[in-house]
Amino acid sequence: MAKKGKIEVRIEHCKGCGLCITACKQEAIALSPADVTNSYGYPYLTMINENCTGCTMCAIMCPDQAIDVYRE
Amino acid sequence: MKKVYERNNIAFDMPSPYCPGCGHGVIHRLVIDAIKENRQEDNTIFMAPVGCSILSYTYLDLDVCQPAHGRTPAAATGIKRALPDSLVILYQGDGDLAAIGTAEIIHAANRGENITAIFVNNAIYGMTGGQMAPTTLVGQTATTCPYGRNPKDGQGYPIRVCELLQSLGGVTYAARTSVHSAPNVLKTKKAIQTGIENQMAKKGFSIIEILSACPVNWGMTPEKANQFVANEMIDYYPLGDFKKDGKIIQRSDH
Amino acid sequence: MGEKQLMKGNEAIAEAAIRAGMTCYFGYPITPQNEIPAYMAKHLPKRGGTFIQAESEIAAINMVYGAACTGARAMTSSSSPGISLKQEGISYLVGARLPAVIVNIARGGPGLGNIAPSQADYFQAVKGGGHGDYHMVVYTPETVQEAADLTMKAFDVADEYRNPVLILGDAILGQMMEPLIFKEPSGRKFDKSSWILGNRKGRKSHLINSLSLSEGVVEQWNWELKKKFDLMAGKETMVEEYMTEDADVIFVAYGTSARICRSVVNQARKQGIRTGLIRPITVWPFPSETIAGRAKKTKHFFVVEMSLGQMIEDVRLAVLGNATIHFHGRPGGGVPAEPDIMKQLKEILQS
Repeated sequence: MAKKGKIEVRIEHCKGCGLCITACKQEAIALSPADVTNSYGYPYLTMINENCTGCTMCAIMCPDQAIDVYRE
Repeated sequence: MKKVYERNNIAFDMPSPYCPGCGHGVIHRLVIDAIKENRQEDNTIFMAPVGCSILSYTYLDLDVCQPAHGRTPAAATGIKRALPDSLVILYQGDGDLAAIGTAEIIHAANRGENITAIFVNNAIYGMTGGQMAPTTLVGQTATTCPYGRNPKDGQGYPIRVCELLQSLGGVTYAARTSVHSAPNVLKTKKAIQTGIENQMAKKGFSIIEILSACPVNWGMTPEKANQFVANEMIDYYPLGDFKKDGKIIQRSDH
Repeated sequence: MGEKQLMKGNEAIAEAAIRAGMTCYFGYPITPQNEIPAYMAKHLPKRGGTFIQAESEIAAINMVYGAACTGARAMTSSSSPGISLKQEGISYLVGARLPAVIVNIARGGPGLGNIAPSQADYFQAVKGGGHGDYHMVVYTPETVQEAADLTMKAFDVADEYRNPVLILGDAILGQMMEPLIFKEPSGRKFDKSSWILGNRKGRKSHLINSLSLSEGVVEQWNWELKKKFDLMAGKETMVEEYMTEDADVIFVAYGTSARICRSVVNQARKQGIRTGLIRPITVWPFPSETIAGRAKKTKHFFVVEMSLGQMIEDVRLAVLGNATIHFHGRPGGGVPAEPDIMKQLKEILQS
């Protein structure tokens, strides 16, 4: 069974580029709706289900060091 | 749960100074990760070039020197000769390294200056708004080649820097990597680590050329831009080692 | 005090720099300054320093920029066309507040010109040369001894103000041999710990650059630089007056031209002609006050330059219409001849 994981997003550092989403094989993350933004006006990364395994691929692809990853 | 990936605090606690999806952010992180893993935070002098990544000095909590456009390898030479035990990281873009600073990079490499060059190849001038770079692909458009780069029209061919530098005696390591996907980011990390180890072992000049996306100036989404790297750039700029431990790697790319 | 030695100007400058604690020299071949890099190549590594023959003058000045970032005393030298190439780097040195010493053993121009002595780089040296509002102290030695003395002083002045300093000589100064005695360097220590790069050991990170895109920052930066330039102008002006007290005609000349004028003054005095010489030793800051003071009494100023007339503009500004200004110049590597100057001097007195 796959390990359980989770991410913490530094919302103010996220620019909503979405490269993490492409990298996520678990389809566990998505951007906030266009009208929900951080103070710079960017939609930001959110977890959308419990699928995260803590594989760190999203964080590896993040250009803004916006993601911390936890694993069981 | 255990934290398995955390922010590198060599970067100040702020959003990176780059556009969404820009490869510089990832490459900065890989460089500071390698600096941290080698415990060189207090010993590093980071050379910020002219170009987008000049903004690194606003982002990285390192001693930073910012020389004139293209002159980074010369200034780094001066620093390294004065402080041979410091870790000197050149961080240069394609305009800086492969156009205006061609003489400086060739001769710093040829002297075997014991420094590590991170060469970010995104095939365009970013900071000035998307002009043709020496590494712009044939057919790729830019504000100064609006109809697509055409070598037959006097615009020259994209310069392959690793292939150009590998023949120089002072170069110990030359590799080309990419940051368009997670596995490639991890390979890039390894190459940067090799470049830094070489410097710490006083082996001479190392260059890591990193293919990187510039979504804004390419007019693409970050995802499409990374696909462009994967599908178009790597075709012309093959990945892998070109020189290791001073030995040219025989390849069948070209 | 050391022993008296016979040395070429170029070699004396090189030796003086090493004695002043310069450890990083970067150069590129160009006549008539080639003895400087050759001397450095031979002696500097043996005495603990670094010599690099760079790929260009541009690379050399940027190696100086890098070495200066670490607090090392760094230097480059060249001749006129090469100094043109260094202008970008000089502007950056000022902008980043880095000390450095640059030597120009000037030759005839414009363009590739020739390898004969010239003073046609005056404008480039004192009116900018590179881009932006800036100044640097410019020394114009007259003798080999003075070239050595001013080279040592240049490193102190560069460190004191965190600003590049230029030594402006010419092919004659560089090539001629004269006896000299090397003085002891001042031994002054400059605390650079608040800004240099490297060996960080827990302190805050340091940044050396000259860019800011935030509104008003560069303007404010320029105002701060101006304070420094004003301080330099107030404290660093050097000038020699020779027999000016009772002079009817005062020569104004520097470097090699001053040597020639000094000889003319001596000959003229023997003939009963009361003439004297004001010799700017720094051409920036320019000794305007000395000239202005003399212009209250002496009605004729005679500027002699190895150019079409560049310093004459600063003399004119200093005199401010209080005296008549005459000029004798030889451009493109021409050297003023004493008989020609004497003839013109007599014409001035008869007019």
